[in-house]
Amino acid sequence: MNGVHDLGGMHGMGPINPEPNEPVFHAPWERTVFGLFITTFAGGHFNVDEFRHAIERMDPAHYLRSPYYEHWLHAMESLLVQRGALTPDEIDGRMAQLAKEPA
Amino acid sequence: MPDTHEDLDTREDDVALRVRAIESLLIEKGLVQPAALAAIVETYETKIGPHNGAQVVARAWTDPAFKARLLSNATGAIAELGFSGVQGEDMVVVENTPTVHNMVVCTLCSCYPWPTLGLPPNWYKSAPYRARVVIDPRGVLSEFGVDLPPEKEVRVWDSNAELRYLVLPERPAGTEGMDAAALAALVTRDAMIGTGVAAAAGAGGAP
Repeated sequence: MNGVHDLGGMHGMGPINPEPNEPVFHAPWERTVFGLFITTFAGGHFNVDEFRHAIERMDPAHYLRSPYYEHWLHAMESLLVQRGALTPDEIDGRMAQLAKEPA
Repeated sequence: MPDTHEDLDTREDDVALRVRAIESLLIEKGLVQPAALAAIVETYETKIGPHNGAQVVARAWTDPAFKARLLSNATGAIAELGFSGVQGEDMVVVENTPTVHNMVVCTLCSCYPWPTLGLPPNWYKSAPYRARVVIDPRGVLSEFGVDLPPEKEVRVWDSNAELRYLVLPERPAGTEGMDAAALAALVTRDAMIGTGVAAAAGAGGAP
């Protein structure tokens, strides 16, 4: 596949800008996504190749502009929905419910 | 790209809400145990990181027999120090020498040796690094403040889901009398990715 993830050699991506003293996670939700990935992976819901392929199927513009752990969120959510562990309606419903509560 | 910071913040809020929703549903369904989740995150935030890889490098600098094992069977030699596991199942160590400098990338995604280096920094997973290091490694090195003599060969290794690379940096001059613990403090994360070199004696340092 030569999708947008196949970045090696591409021009025009700009400077690298390494961040000094970078934290392991940049937001609480990134920490949660990492933990959920490990536990659902260990639970046998998907394998590494399926996970990577789910990232590679992201919309290319979304892939390039989103933070890294959003790729993981997208892949994990897609695979858990595909396997029937979650439904889109459940997720939407829970988001609407949580939005009304304080974080 | 979103036009304003407000757009970005709104999107990030939406992502955070989505994550909370998925987390609560998975816990409710018994598919994820909160205690296991917390333990995993804590392990990768506090226990597993470049200090592990630095011990491997320092041992290789001080123990020629270990270095020989590390270069011929990295996975086995690293396991001697206890740094095995997920995303470190098949390791290759590439040695920097006076004539060769090695760099590591994962052009397709983010493959990285977790047991020795921890989770990768954002720049390692970013489009600019992945795109450029394979066609302009010296330009990338300059951006990291490393300027190599033109006659030094630069080799760039592309990691994959099965195989992960670790760079064995050159031991800095003036460190002959130092023990492994003191040497490990000179070994930065970037030196083991190849976007840096080991710190000079007396300097120490991160990243």
